[in-house]
Amino acid sequence: MSKLPAKAKCVVIGAGIVGNGMVYHLAKLGWKDIVQIDKGPLPNPGGSTGHASNFIFPVDHSKEMTAITAESMRQYKEWGTFTQTGGIEVARTPERMQELARRITSAKSWGIDGGQILTPAQVKELVPYIDENVIVGGYYQPTVGVVDSLRTGTLMREHAIEAGAAQSFANIEVLDITVENGHVTGVVTDQGTISAEYVVIATGCWSPKLAEMAGAHIPLTPAVHQMKDIGPVPFFKDAKGDIEWPIVRDMDVFMYERQHGTGLEIGSYAHRPILYTPEDLPSNATAALSPTEFAFTQADFDIQDEHAYELMPSIVGDENVREKYAINGILSYTPDGMPILGETPEVKGLWSVAAVWIKEGPGTSKSVAEWMVLGDSEIDLHSSNIARFHEHQKAEFHIKARVDESFNKTYGIVHPLEQYASNRNVRLSPFYAAEKELGAVFYETAGWERPFWYESNKNLLAKFGDKVMPRTSEWESRWWSPIINAEHLQMRESAGIVDLSAFAIFDITGPSALAVVQKAALRQMDVAIGRVVYTPVLGPNGGFKSDLTIMRLDTQHFRVVTGGAHGMADKKWFSDLLPTDGSAQIFDLTSSYTTVGIWGPKAREIIQAITKSDMGKEAFKFSTCKIIEVGPLRVLASRISYVGDLGWEFYVPIEQGAKLWEMLWDSGKKHEMIPVGIGVYGTTGRLEKCYRAYGPELETEYTVVEAGMQSPKLKEADFIGKAAHVKHRSQTPVTTLCTLFVDDHTSSTGEKRYMMGNEPILTLDKAPIVDSHGRRSYVTSAGSAPSLGKHILMSYLPTELAVAGNKFIVEYLGEHYPCSIAEVGATSVFDASNERIMA
Amino acid sequence: MILVLIDHDQSEIDPLSLRALTAARKLGHEIEAVAIGSDGAQLAAIVGEYGATKLHVAAHDAITDYTPMASGRALKDLVDKFKPVAVLAAGSPRGNEQLAHLAAFLDIPMAAECSEITLGSPHHVLRARWAGNLIESAHVHSELLVATLLSFSVEAESANSGVAIVLTFEPALEPADSIVKVLSRDSGQSKAGLTLSDAKVIVSGGRGVGGPDGFGNLEELADLLGGTVGCSRVVTSSGWRPHAEQVGQTGTKVAPDLYIAAGISGAMQHIAGMKNSKTIVVINTDPEAPILRYADYAIIGDLHQVIPALTSAIRQAKG
Amino acid sequence: MDILVCLKRVPLAGGTLILTPDSRDIETKHLGFGISPHEENAVEAGVQLVEQMGGTLTLLTLGPSDAEEQLRSQLAIGATRAVLIETDGQEWDPQGTAAALVDAINSEETKFDLIIFGAESADSAGYQIHIRVAHALNRPIVTNVKAMKVENGVVSCERVVATGREHYEAPMPAIVTVRDGLNIPRYPSVPGRMQARKKIVDMKKAEPRVPKLEKVTLALAPSKDKGAEILGKGVDAVPALVEVLKQIGAL
Repeated sequence: MSKLPAKAKCVVIGAGIVGNGMVYHLAKLGWKDIVQIDKGPLPNPGGSTGHASNFIFPVDHSKEMTAITAESMRQYKEWGTFTQTGGIEVARTPERMQELARRITSAKSWGIDGGQILTPAQVKELVPYIDENVIVGGYYQPTVGVVDSLRTGTLMREHAIEAGAAQSFANIEVLDITVENGHVTGVVTDQGTISAEYVVIATGCWSPKLAEMAGAHIPLTPAVHQMKDIGPVPFFKDAKGDIEWPIVRDMDVFMYERQHGTGLEIGSYAHRPILYTPEDLPSNATAALSPTEFAFTQADFDIQDEHAYELMPSIVGDENVREKYAINGILSYTPDGMPILGETPEVKGLWSVAAVWIKEGPGTSKSVAEWMVLGDSEIDLHSSNIARFHEHQKAEFHIKARVDESFNKTYGIVHPLEQYASNRNVRLSPFYAAEKELGAVFYETAGWERPFWYESNKNLLAKFGDKVMPRTSEWESRWWSPIINAEHLQMRESAGIVDLSAFAIFDITGPSALAVVQKAALRQMDVAIGRVVYTPVLGPNGGFKSDLTIMRLDTQHFRVVTGGAHGMADKKWFSDLLPTDGSAQIFDLTSSYTTVGIWGPKAREIIQAITKSDMGKEAFKFSTCKIIEVGPLRVLASRISYVGDLGWEFYVPIEQGAKLWEMLWDSGKKHEMIPVGIGVYGTTGRLEKCYRAYGPELETEYTVVEAGMQSPKLKEADFIGKAAHVKHRSQTPVTTLCTLFVDDHTSSTGEKRYMMGNEPILTLDKAPIVDSHGRRSYVTSAGSAPSLGKHILMSYLPTELAVAGNKFIVEYLGEHYPCSIAEVGATSVFDASNERIMA
Repeated sequence: MILVLIDHDQSEIDPLSLRALTAARKLGHEIEAVAIGSDGAQLAAIVGEYGATKLHVAAHDAITDYTPMASGRALKDLVDKFKPVAVLAAGSPRGNEQLAHLAAFLDIPMAAECSEITLGSPHHVLRARWAGNLIESAHVHSELLVATLLSFSVEAESANSGVAIVLTFEPALEPADSIVKVLSRDSGQSKAGLTLSDAKVIVSGGRGVGGPDGFGNLEELADLLGGTVGCSRVVTSSGWRPHAEQVGQTGTKVAPDLYIAAGISGAMQHIAGMKNSKTIVVINTDPEAPILRYADYAIIGDLHQVIPALTSAIRQAKG
Repeated sequence: MDILVCLKRVPLAGGTLILTPDSRDIETKHLGFGISPHEENAVEAGVQLVEQMGGTLTLLTLGPSDAEEQLRSQLAIGATRAVLIETDGQEWDPQGTAAALVDAINSEETKFDLIIFGAESADSAGYQIHIRVAHALNRPIVTNVKAMKVENGVVSCERVVATGREHYEAPMPAIVTVRDGLNIPRYPSVPGRMQARKKIVDMKKAEPRVPKLEKVTLALAPSKDKGAEILGKGVDAVPALVEVLKQIGAL
């Protein structure tokens, strides 16, 4: 072993599947002078990779997770370390059967085919050792397989070393990560100091500890996953190689069983959550097995024993089949279930690749390496972006509370709108008390409690009758209320007041402020003071990084307003654009200002009644903002709309919010104004207007032209992604975002069903639709359009198919429903000429 | 006066007893030795040389070979008669056992495996625990100290003194005292669990071997050296090798002439099972691995490269 | 025949121990627990005897209430029932422990034909509890047993010494302590685990005594560094090792 070098371009800390993947992919993309270090010995330094169960089910409701997993599988196959075994998720309940159908549907949307529903007898045929009487069916995915993650990691590391791009050192302990002027400068180890431009933390469950050394945060917690290996199983005595029988996931009891040589491995996510902190993890020297293999606690597994016995009595119930190995294995869990990837917002040059499981390792490494070297990754990683965390989400309390709550949902049936119960009421708007009084049903975004609908509007149900499009099926009624649609209809008739406190708000000021916002925004930002510009923010490849609103408050003063969920990532994006000479600054005002909006035909009357400022059509034009006086308050009013009606957003310092609400409320009462929840603001109002949202419609993978959002004139100033965007403008888009109506909601049982998003759009002969870039057509957003009495689906469709009136099939929970294109491109299906907004 | 139990096997003295005599001498009291069985009288010269002025020999018809409870009774008789300050013995299985009988007869404490003794009230000892990894500082609350001495804490040193006076006595045995004794012996191997225990060479693998396949190389090397394969606990708990091959506190304790530890970091319970090997060679990527502290020789490197290279080099050397 | 096996809950430690801040115990925060090594063989021996000859196998331990975990694991291997003498979690000295065990044994309805101990505990290595129990119960005891046979009310034992094997016999009721190598202990099966959950663990209390062998503190043993001679790095060091093997006569 040679001596640790004093200098490197990049130090990768960690030699698990992720660290090795990073070394390999950074080298592959042309970086040299990479130094990898690990505290433990090679090839198994003692992290989670060393005890992973190593199987891959390539199916997830998350598109991002599925894409990363598929890329990982591709790489494992390339290294020759993948064995395809097939896998079966079995259901013990009808609810689970529906969920399995939903999983197949998601898989189809993300391009994973071959899934099929099996009867208990068919499951038995594939896995003769199960008792088919305890299940009601299964879902067979033939492409499931097992990988050798240790071997893959070793191959990747050795490849980078042989290529002369990297050196690797075992048994090196990091003592400190040094930072100067907000930029990482190196790593101090027990064997010397390495100065470096980049430092990558790929240390799994130790990541928080390392990030802390640099003053950064990687909010994850080590958590126990229990498994035991029993054997030898007589039935497997002739098993060739490591694995040949399909992996079985017993979904309803949160367990899996897989043959492993002559043994059967039984794993569980059903036991009580057992959480640690990184400081709890022993060293290689003090650990009895390894630092991430804790002693098995049988009492936590007692019920699982019985469940395994029920499913596989001939093996598990065999007195001679004995426990060979059982551990409490440590894995990384995050508060929202997604990995933690990207440059830390606190320290430039310090990158996190954490909370990545075996099925995601190589794909994640490739994507993050692209991000580091090329500035962006091919696969959109926005749900995993480390910059997504708000301050309170970095607190240990939050991490532990959320993981504690979600651990048992690892194999759970998680509704797309399901809310966390733990650690709520962390961020309360000044209107919270008033909203509570009105029977608000709160959903959470970025810690903010936001009314999704108001029970006080229940009386509107009678008024609107069937126009609220009532739902009978339990699944679509869960986390939903017809009151949302009633609020929508009432807003369209009179007006609604909407709490928008969750907006992230930051001001950019200084001589270079214009240059900064110009660089970020697709749209022209060199506009008159008082203009409000809604603009996409693009990545280097011309794909979407965000969409947000920027107000020009003064020559050198811009206010960026963006959604709470994505706010922190946007803040980092803009912060990264600040010139180093200090000629522009960014100030986070999210917790300084509160926002409330009023929209509806009567919005003007309501406001005008309480202000002397002229709110008239000409005096206060759409897309402008100015300060108005409302009673004792000076209020920044901004005339824009995300719901398709006339109205304003009002910004006041947070302590004045309650006063503002009170005045608006009193005035509104005279005009039948109602409180309106985010159900309208985020879904029904938006969808009727065919407004796109970042995440569902707008992401790296799609262009501005495909989303139908190109402006007639291209701004002259440079902006990120301009070259790509110019190219996109010159080409016919491969795919075009369309708005579809569901033509018939009736299921095979005669019940009306309503899609919720992420369902595949199929041809009339039920074949998946793939564009020439290999992208599938699927429902990006779905929801009611109560004004039209329709259920809207948005979907990208290959441009040649994107013709109004064209008919398709949408697959939902295993059944097929006819749908057709209502509008191609961004034209609204409701009030296409925008008369209501411009009124 | 301090009594030191001299353990012997049909008049062949256990060398550890000489270490016990040496240690006892340092406590500043007159030393008298005890040997159980009439054939113990032959030890007068050697115990004398190591500092015992007298050798008490317990002779009784019932004591024909090792009879541990009878030893305890004989020691008790001497204690009753001569009131020594301490009764000591080597911390060997036999030493511990016989003194435990004495302590049980007297219902007084016993401190096993002591590395240091300070007589007093209470007596103070340092004793080894956790397979020698921990040292306990303890008080012994008893007028008479019954203690055994950590086998290797003291080297035997001759006192260059003369032959001890032999004082033969007949202990007042009760019938129960001699029920358990060596009835017969044979020099062959036991039928149980001795494959590892008997091997002169053991090539042992740990987590670093990476998986069951990696043991092929170790087997080849072991064959070549006329030895057998062992492994660490993590290997058996991972199901890579059978439990019977596990070396350690929870497996088999071994003391071969040559112990090659490959890819074993050295968990305490493994060390406990192999540290008495004559020569220990470590092959490990980690120069800081705890096992190196117990090794005579080490190669810092990847066993997957070193073992095959070693195998072929040995082949060559053997011609 | 009715058998009793005595067990001790001990931490499963790694290569390096850490002491608690008061230096009176080892830090077990990171560690799991098991039983002393030779005790696994003791239970296995008990299970095998009951399998061959019928009867019952009772487990007895003295320790914290958490020791139930270890008892359940061994019940899963085939023991019939268990008794836990609950302590406050403090370590008891050998005399106190032996006395509590004796009291518990005497209070049992079953008069055990054979009581089996492991040869030594992993943590305290006092080498005496079994002998004190034998004295108190007036039973013959054979220690360090590596092979064992029960026939006609006599337990025949084999003990391995440097020179070979020694044979012992003891009429039952008797006590033996066993060493590893006696048998290969089985691991639990899942049905065993399930049955173990339903088996009885009797909880008993015993009053602690003033220890006569009184632990004051613990310290880590100084590293017994043999000062390993580093022969080199990687395959380059192989010739040097071959030389060493020649010197020590291994080649």
